[in-house]
Amino acid sequence: MSALPRDLHPVAWWLWAIGLATAASLTTNPLLLLMIVGVVGVVVTTRRTDHPWARSFRFYVWLGVAAVVLRVLWRVVLGGGYPGEVVLDLPEVPLPDFVLGVTLLGPVTREALLAGLYDGLRLATLVICVGAANSLANPKRLLRSLPPALYEVGTALVVAVTVLPQLTQSIQRVRAAQALRAGDTGRVRRLRRFLVPVLEDTFDRSLALAAGMDTRGYGRAGTATATERRTTGALVLAGLCGVVVGVYALLDQTAPRLLAAPMLVVGTLVAVAGLVNAGRRVQRTRYRPDRWRPAELAVVAVGLMVGALGWWLNHHELAIAYPAVTATPEVSLTALAVGLLGLVAVVVSPPPRVQGGAR
Amino acid sequence: MRPLLELRGITLSYDESTVLDAVDLTVEEGELVLVSGPTGVGKSTLLGVVTGLVPRFSGGVLRGDVLLDGVSIVDAPPRERAHAIGYVGQDPAAAFVTDTAEDELAYGMEQLGLPPETMRRRVEETLDLLGIAHLRDRDLHTLSGGEQQRVAIGSVLTMHPRLLVLDEPTSALDPTAAEDVLATLTRLVHDLGVSVLLAEHRLERVVPFADRMVLMPGGGRRVEVGDPADLLAHSPVVPPIVELGRRAGWSPLPLTVRDARRAARTLTLPAPPDVADLADEPLLLATGIGVVHGSTVALREVDVTLHAGRVTALMGRNGAGKSTLLWALQGTRKRRAGAIDLDGDDTAALDPAGRRGRVALLPQTAADLLYLETVAEECAAGGAGTREILDRLVPGIDDATHPRDLSEGQRLALALALVLAPAPRVVLLDEPTRGLDYNAKGELARILRTLAADGHAVLVATHDVEFVASVADEVVVLAEGEVVSSGPTRRVVAESPAFAPQVMKVLGAPWLRVDELEVALT
Repeated sequence: MSALPRDLHPVAWWLWAIGLATAASLTTNPLLLLMIVGVVGVVVTTRRTDHPWARSFRFYVWLGVAAVVLRVLWRVVLGGGYPGEVVLDLPEVPLPDFVLGVTLLGPVTREALLAGLYDGLRLATLVICVGAANSLANPKRLLRSLPPALYEVGTALVVAVTVLPQLTQSIQRVRAAQALRAGDTGRVRRLRRFLVPVLEDTFDRSLALAAGMDTRGYGRAGTATATERRTTGALVLAGLCGVVVGVYALLDQTAPRLLAAPMLVVGTLVAVAGLVNAGRRVQRTRYRPDRWRPAELAVVAVGLMVGALGWWLNHHELAIAYPAVTATPEVSLTALAVGLLGLVAVVVSPPPRVQGGAR
Repeated sequence: MRPLLELRGITLSYDESTVLDAVDLTVEEGELVLVSGPTGVGKSTLLGVVTGLVPRFSGGVLRGDVLLDGVSIVDAPPRERAHAIGYVGQDPAAAFVTDTAEDELAYGMEQLGLPPETMRRRVEETLDLLGIAHLRDRDLHTLSGGEQQRVAIGSVLTMHPRLLVLDEPTSALDPTAAEDVLATLTRLVHDLGVSVLLAEHRLERVVPFADRMVLMPGGGRRVEVGDPADLLAHSPVVPPIVELGRRAGWSPLPLTVRDARRAARTLTLPAPPDVADLADEPLLLATGIGVVHGSTVALREVDVTLHAGRVTALMGRNGAGKSTLLWALQGTRKRRAGAIDLDGDDTAALDPAGRRGRVALLPQTAADLLYLETVAEECAAGGAGTREILDRLVPGIDDATHPRDLSEGQRLALALALVLAPAPRVVLLDEPTRGLDYNAKGELARILRTLAADGHAVLVATHDVEFVASVADEVVVLAEGEVVSSGPTRRVVAESPAFAPQVMKVLGAPWLRVDELEVALT
């Protein structure tokens, strides 16, 4: 019996994509990377909805292609002097002394090209994984899944995401309108001619939106008293400070060890306590929230497993994870698993809901 | 019985000016109260006081008290009034928070913290009540104006407010969409007992539905509250039907077309007015215009001829392609097919400066044209002659005034002067009557007639049937990007009831305006 069509929890798709991206970031094996790209492509085509953001996948693919092309070009332009078999003998451009160690053009070796290609492919795979998450899960729904205490931040982000396309519209409109009248043509004054109406329009819109949200109850005070609110604020702030110090100490080996892991843990705990405390008093409810069901968990598990296998490969089968540019890359059984396991997401996730169908 | 809402001695003043002066008003359960008056007398401000947006979003000093069910709420911010007072602003699209209709309907309830089952039930009920169930998954910004307005109303209705406050709910809508929205509101008042407080310029649309009326005459006179028929007898702004009734001396004043028809039976009509031949001097010839927007056809094989000395009205529902046609005629909008001939030139082939000299276009948001601090600076930047044109259009605007401080009508005239400065012979206007009261519209009509008399060819896109009746020589109606009818105003508006002005609905064709009957009535 196949599952009824529905939208999967957006966080599940993001975790799945992050798992695949992790695996991709831990290897330069082109066969493995291509397998991951292929898997992502199949999952996106079978599981994306017909909403506007779902169409963005193609854009990310092109971005990935651009990353590969740029990386290879980079190697050609700056990669002179890479040892190996010369495939294209370009003249070297002499550079002044102060850019010591950098050569422009020069003989291009097959190894340099391959290294660029592998590197670019890895970057492209990461980009495509992010693109997949974006087109599988509505980014706005993702923001709506934030914990209640972060609701305000989430709404601000949603509004920001919505306002951007409106800003472009407003810019186009003002451009067209200003062409209808005579006026200043100087460089600075022309900018002003264009900016003033756009900014006015933006302010008006923002005010209208703020008024609209306010009259519909956004930011209604819960039952919290002023003291409670202050406590929550202090907890969250202190926690975040702790996290920052902890991360810093973890990265800077010279810092006292007491500030590292222990501080990070304490900071996180305090921040979480603050958020929980804030969330408890929030009187807001959520309309048709995305729920975690077995399918979501399965998709997340698939993603995590791909990530973990990639990590294992990175540690135990170095020759496969980072093949030498002089030899043909090979694939082991584990690598094959890393490459293809992501596909299981298609099997465990329900088909997407079509427009107009029940959610 | 205690009134639902009570305003006591509401006074709002900015530094030197007083906008509202000791206004008293009560709104009972289940009645529709209409706020009317000339532009700029503070109608929106009064609504803002009720919702709490004034003075929080506008500044100013507020005195007096606002009581909801006898409890003072004057110090409560809008969000704390949200459960009882729903507000829909002038531009509903600007206030949308989410991206689909269904989520938008649920947004307010989420803020109130209603249980999920209740939210689910109310969303479905409201979708059905407003007839927007088919729009639930649509992107809000792709909806038409009327649909957006109904979603906006729905999004506050789900909170089950006792009072609905609407600021010009129909001013941006075509006649049919406006009727839909008003029918919805009437249904809410009658079936659900919701009270409605609404401000509107287009009285001809709303007066028949109003139980009571708040008249804000402006100019320092006191705000009056009472029965629409009583107040309209001496209101400075009246719909054509009331003007007809006043001139004919009917008492009580008819407010609906039905009543007016009955009263008009006794009227002996003179011979129909002579229809003067229209000036026949083609200036701009557009044939077979086709414009494509993405994969949708915005205009298909549109033929339009603009004659010097004629005012042509361009009508059609929201999204029928009116704006696109204006921009295509002006030459900025690239067309896929067709030809434009303006004295042998194609406007699309000209550069922006060349277009300015041949075709003036006043865009929908006239404020997009303005960017300087004073009227004098704007006129100087507009080139020689701008000030003279402005003085001829609307005399007596102070040089030092900031364009944003001008009244709607004055700002429109300033923008119009700027586009007319390079002396073009073709004038295109996109929805110039939005937000204008009857006097300002009369003024605009006079300006357009003057332009036509000076040998300009004028094309004005508008939803306002009364404005069309007062100014246009001929009408072109667009639907789905195609011309569905065109010809002299009298014939075209007589053919379709949606576009017929009130006078024609009462007296029948060929009568368009009250002033045509002047002789007969006196």
